[in-house]
Amino acid sequence: MLESLIVVLLIGAIAWIGSAIGLTAVFGIVLPYVAVCVFVVGLVRRMIYWAKSPVPFAIPTTGGQEHSLDFIKQDKFDCPNTKWGVFVRMVLEVLLFRSLFRNTRAISFENDPVNNGPRVVYYSSKWLWFFALLFHYCFFLVFLRHFRFFMEPVPACISFVEAVDGVLQIGSPRFFLTGGILLVAILFLLARRIFDQRLRYISLINDYFPLWLLLGIVISGLYLRYFDKAEIAQVKIFIMGLTHFSPVISNLDLNGIFIVHLTLVSTLLIYFPFSKLVHMPGVFFSPTRNLPTNTREVRHINPWNPPSQFFTYPEYEDRYREAMAEAGLPLEKQPKPAE
Amino acid sequence: MAKLPTPQMLMASRPDFPKAAWLDTKPLFAPGSYCYPEKKDTMELLHMPNPHDWDPSAEDWNLPENWEKILCDAFEERLEKHRSLKLFMDICVRCGACADKCHFFLGTNDPKNMPVLRAELLRSLYRRDHAMLGKILGRKIGARKWDKEVVKELFYYAYQCTECRRCSLFCPYGIDTAEITAIVRELMHEVGLGIHWIMDPVKNCSFTGNHLGIQPHSFKEIVEMLADDCETVTGIRPKTPFNEKGHEILFITPSGDVFADPGIYTFMGYLLLFHELDLDYTFSTYASEGGNFGSFTSFNMAKKLNAKMYAEAKRLGVKWILGGECGHMWRVINQYMETYNGPTPDNMVVPTSPITGTVFKHAAATKMVHITEFTADLIRHGKLNLDPSRNDHIITTFHDSCNPARAMGLLDEPRYILKHVCNHFVEMPENTIREQTFCCGAGSGLNTEEIMELRMRSGMPRGNALRYVQQKFGVNHMACVCAIDRATLPPLADYWAPGVNVSGVHELVANALVMKGEGKRTMDLRQEDLPNVDAEEDQ
Repeated sequence: MLESLIVVLLIGAIAWIGSAIGLTAVFGIVLPYVAVCVFVVGLVRRMIYWAKSPVPFAIPTTGGQEHSLDFIKQDKFDCPNTKWGVFVRMVLEVLLFRSLFRNTRAISFENDPVNNGPRVVYYSSKWLWFFALLFHYCFFLVFLRHFRFFMEPVPACISFVEAVDGVLQIGSPRFFLTGGILLVAILFLLARRIFDQRLRYISLINDYFPLWLLLGIVISGLYLRYFDKAEIAQVKIFIMGLTHFSPVISNLDLNGIFIVHLTLVSTLLIYFPFSKLVHMPGVFFSPTRNLPTNTREVRHINPWNPPSQFFTYPEYEDRYREAMAEAGLPLEKQPKPAE
Repeated sequence: MAKLPTPQMLMASRPDFPKAAWLDTKPLFAPGSYCYPEKKDTMELLHMPNPHDWDPSAEDWNLPENWEKILCDAFEERLEKHRSLKLFMDICVRCGACADKCHFFLGTNDPKNMPVLRAELLRSLYRRDHAMLGKILGRKIGARKWDKEVVKELFYYAYQCTECRRCSLFCPYGIDTAEITAIVRELMHEVGLGIHWIMDPVKNCSFTGNHLGIQPHSFKEIVEMLADDCETVTGIRPKTPFNEKGHEILFITPSGDVFADPGIYTFMGYLLLFHELDLDYTFSTYASEGGNFGSFTSFNMAKKLNAKMYAEAKRLGVKWILGGECGHMWRVINQYMETYNGPTPDNMVVPTSPITGTVFKHAAATKMVHITEFTADLIRHGKLNLDPSRNDHIITTFHDSCNPARAMGLLDEPRYILKHVCNHFVEMPENTIREQTFCCGAGSGLNTEEIMELRMRSGMPRGNALRYVQQKFGVNHMACVCAIDRATLPPLADYWAPGVNVSGVHELVANALVMKGEGKRTMDLRQEDLPNVDAEEDQ
């Protein structure tokens, strides 16, 4: 847990020192280019790696009533037998975290008055769902807002997102809700891992590292916007230079914390394809969710289906013919009459 | 069998998490925590790889010399064969949503019984060989190398999972522990490690047609005895057609229902129902097993045992297959059968109920219909004369079996039937039924006596829910549609909610079924006196 925090701090410190000793070009230009390449190539490779293995069996998890008799109401989206139903199921899963929404927390009581003995009660527990949803949506909106730096003129939709995001009209520059909520959501996800005994037990450095990294990104970003009040115009010229493959640095006054922010984002991009963060494309591949539950209606083909070898009926009859004849069971071949 | 602690003691004796990190703890092979190993000659007979004698509690498991290479290669091969495996190794974020969804974890509080850690046992090995960061950083990021202790750990926890898929329902990415457990069990079999309670039925099913090893003549004899019992109760002796060609329907049900109490009463229910309908059907002594313990062994073994169904349907020239009440049997039929052994023989057609004319379009490819789908349709069309008051002494609840619930979606068909054959039906708490149902604690081949305390632990969530409705609503009966449940729930009920009986749905159907020309019913199928009979006569 602390190790991964130290790693993140170290990355930040290196970037900061780097920018101070004149290595801005390395952290500001080379690293972002490398990071984007690694991210794209890495992610595509991972998806190809998955796709190369077949889906031999159709194994959807049925989360509701099947499609069977016409007087029994099917659960069309939790147990979808059509492509449309699967599409909706995936949309619910990806956009609303349907499965996580089911979450419960089991609490054991050793002496429950109703049970007159032990009892486990399952309480609805939507906190993880709520903060996970907040985290992902805010992250997405913050990401979207950053397109202000990538595009000229700034598209109307980005300005709209900014307008909504800053609806509270607090402070100058105006406070964006998403940034603040993102910080809170990350802190919640971190606190869960640290203070919940079960989660602490299962958590690896690979679980803390991305959270610390995101925390670093968000804090440095917030600092740049609200405290340091980085020179937006300069940053935009710099970023536009990157996106147009003609990077400019020499005549710009880029802030050290900005380089730290950029370096942490680059680190995230590089780390992404080699970590659990691949759950982003991965969820679309999940055979328990993305297959229709029509497995008795349509044959699913297994490309490596091995040849059929089994104890055949003729072998069976050969083994038991006399006994079967005696029991009066029908036979393909009658036993040889006793001599 | 060791004496069981009381339910209170059992709950209180769940240990805290160990202080050491999970990579540093090892399972303790204490008696009662593991199943007995399979016999060497069984494995030889089945041509399983590396058969050998071994003892789970021993230090040395006598693994083949090149065990590490075998396992690494086998793992690699499965990654190439199953996209699910690659994906499930890569995308888990360890959010912990699955942790308290597992009945084994709830009952044992063993952290490695959290589905996430159960998968991490394998994932840690995957990281070392198949993930770039794991190669570089090793243990720091939870990667580790194969060693003999790891093999023991994989074995231990692969047989403390009933492949019930409850965790996969709650996982935001649909990671399915059943898939991981199934593959770990396959890996274990590559080095000759399996359990007797699974491999013995597999052997029997391979060579006699059913798990119990009942030979054809005995099978016929037992079913005829059950038909005699039907006659005692109803005055009607149902027909028992065997291996006959030219019928419309082949009926296949788990062999446990022919053999074991209380499954036999469900079987009698089938006999009476089919007789009343004058159904054009036959049993087969060759395909006399609906269940498939091969599916707890390996995908190929499941395919092999399943192959008999279509082969027999072809030989007998039936139009479609009707399947009895069973859990994992329906996982195989619903999600694997057509892929394994299809396409169906030419003589088979889309199943149509000969009584109501309903076309079961949803079974157009496998051509196999679940008995509760069939019966619910009969009731809907008013084809059965039912007297639910005969079940008035019963207040029943319904236990959704894992596989029909989460690998099929068969939820309302059995309920529809129950509500028509019983006047008193009560649901258990909502987070313990339907798609969120809890396992009986002993599915996927773990229904063996030597782990009885473990079974009571893993059955705790189900047992608690049952006790709740027993205490609150006076429930005295639990219906289910699974033969393993019918074997495992009675001891579970005796332990957690004494006084609750367990039966299949079709036992209750036959009790309520008013048959043409039947005698006055004074007994139920178990030949226990019906309590309200005398009262009626007095009136």
